[in-house]
Amino acid sequence: MSVLVWVEHDNASVKDATLAAVTAAGKLGEVVALVAGQGAQGAADAAAKIAGVSKVLLADDAAYGHALAENVAPLIAELMSGYDAFVAPATTTGKNIAPRVAALLDVMQVSEVLSVESADTFTRPIYAGNAIATVKSSDAKKVLTIRGTAFDKAAAEGGSASVETISGKGDTGLSSFVGAEIAKSERPELTSAKIIVSGGRALGSGEQFHALIDPLADKLGAAVGASRAAVDAGYAPNDYQVGQTGKIVAPEVYIAVGISGAIQHLAGMKDSKVIIAINKDEDAPIFQVADVGLVGDLFKIVPELTEKL
Amino acid sequence: MKVLVPVKRVLDYNVKPRVKADGTGVDLANVKMSMNPFDEIAVEEAIRLKEKGVATEIVVVSIGEQKAQETLRTALAMGADRAILIVSEDKVEPLGVAKLLAKVAEAEQPGLVILGKQAIDDDNNQTGQMLGALLGWGQGTFASKVEVAGDSVDVTREVDGGLETVKLKTPAIVTTDLRLNEPRYASLPNIMKAKSKPLEQKTPADYGVDVTPRLTTVKVEEPAKRQAGVKVADVDELVGKLKTLGVVA
Repeated sequence: MSVLVWVEHDNASVKDATLAAVTAAGKLGEVVALVAGQGAQGAADAAAKIAGVSKVLLADDAAYGHALAENVAPLIAELMSGYDAFVAPATTTGKNIAPRVAALLDVMQVSEVLSVESADTFTRPIYAGNAIATVKSSDAKKVLTIRGTAFDKAAAEGGSASVETISGKGDTGLSSFVGAEIAKSERPELTSAKIIVSGGRALGSGEQFHALIDPLADKLGAAVGASRAAVDAGYAPNDYQVGQTGKIVAPEVYIAVGISGAIQHLAGMKDSKVIIAINKDEDAPIFQVADVGLVGDLFKIVPELTEKL
Repeated sequence: MKVLVPVKRVLDYNVKPRVKADGTGVDLANVKMSMNPFDEIAVEEAIRLKEKGVATEIVVVSIGEQKAQETLRTALAMGADRAILIVSEDKVEPLGVAKLLAKVAEAEQPGLVILGKQAIDDDNNQTGQMLGALLGWGQGTFASKVEVAGDSVDVTREVDGGLETVKLKTPAIVTTDLRLNEPRYASLPNIMKAKSKPLEQKTPADYGVDVTPRLTTVKVEEPAKRQAGVKVADVDELVGKLKTLGVVA
């Protein structure tokens, strides 16, 4: 079986989410990586070094610069005549593109795959992870998005695949990129961070959120996350959101500060290796999943913890 | 322009899903069902576009069992103008739903189709993108802002690193994210009025669409449960734990 993998990249380097997708794809067959971008030679060279990648296809065109689904999906659908499966990481880019590819191929996609059971059988979460479904696909070709936290990352170095330049139809004229506001941060990215410090609604305000959570995160070299309640209250931007409607994370250590542990939040972080909860309500559901819990006033505890670390 | 809004009847988001003992799925007998929350946001956005004078008519459509009429009536009570129910007692997958919606869109000729980004039961996040592919229209997924100007629409999207804005030629597809708006509650007079709004019934066969599922559910299980751990008394003990766990030196 040959598998085409969508490489998530910033034209210069490959994003971590790709590495888990390569691992998942490797369970199905031979992995060929597709780098679609503009001035993306750097990303293609990086993809060629990923262990387990046998070949890199580079489609370099202004039309692919911002990974617009309208332009990229036809390129992939056309390439798919030579492949048995298309695999993309379940990032916002992957989720945007993969179903468009699936429909062009008349294939029912399997979303957020957690495990590859066989060539046609996969597990995936439903109901915000409250249930796990095992599904078998009868389509001749498979289209999958992969939950990054469910697969080990392939080694970013060690491979030596060749890079082949390809071209597609380019701009479909349906859409254009206007602009982006991408948060710049010195901190690690949420979905790939080893440690995450997350704040909830109990922080009370945006000022207090940053005054308490940021120093603790920086002391630990951690990424900063937030519950949906904290995001809805405007304490933290939406790209901090961890949960069913935000990002799914599984770091080594997840520190939940003032987060009660609503189902939708737990769905986004319950696969973390170690969960630490700080909350004033000893009956908060977060303590049912926490490995270490501390009941008390976060406004006293967090500064003291930051100080003592 | 006309706006088409597909809606889905799902287990209410406040109800904890229970996996059936025989492993065939989640128990939906005698539990509260509601409109998928992302679809409520889609209906609300369409109504706001109508209030701004951008949209002229809002058509809501649902594919599902007869009881999905209730969901359509809710949308009509919020402010949609008329409804189409494509009756299927069997589950229709996103690909089948997208094919049916493509037929509805061909008949209705909307300027925008606004959908929820995903349904909170199957969490597929596919239908809008698939519909975009089938119709050959642009797609603004995970929208937090929608601005129609002339024959194009600017959609601000919630992406992993922040926000991204794309311009789409209309007709186009928009899928909603949480922060797009806060849906209104239907007032009692509007709930009464909704009862007399038109609701047309169709079947997949009327559209000549084969909705045979491509995926078979082998089994559905509860996820592995986490065990609650220990509580510590104070910060010093917590720091001690963090050291044992190797989080800090």
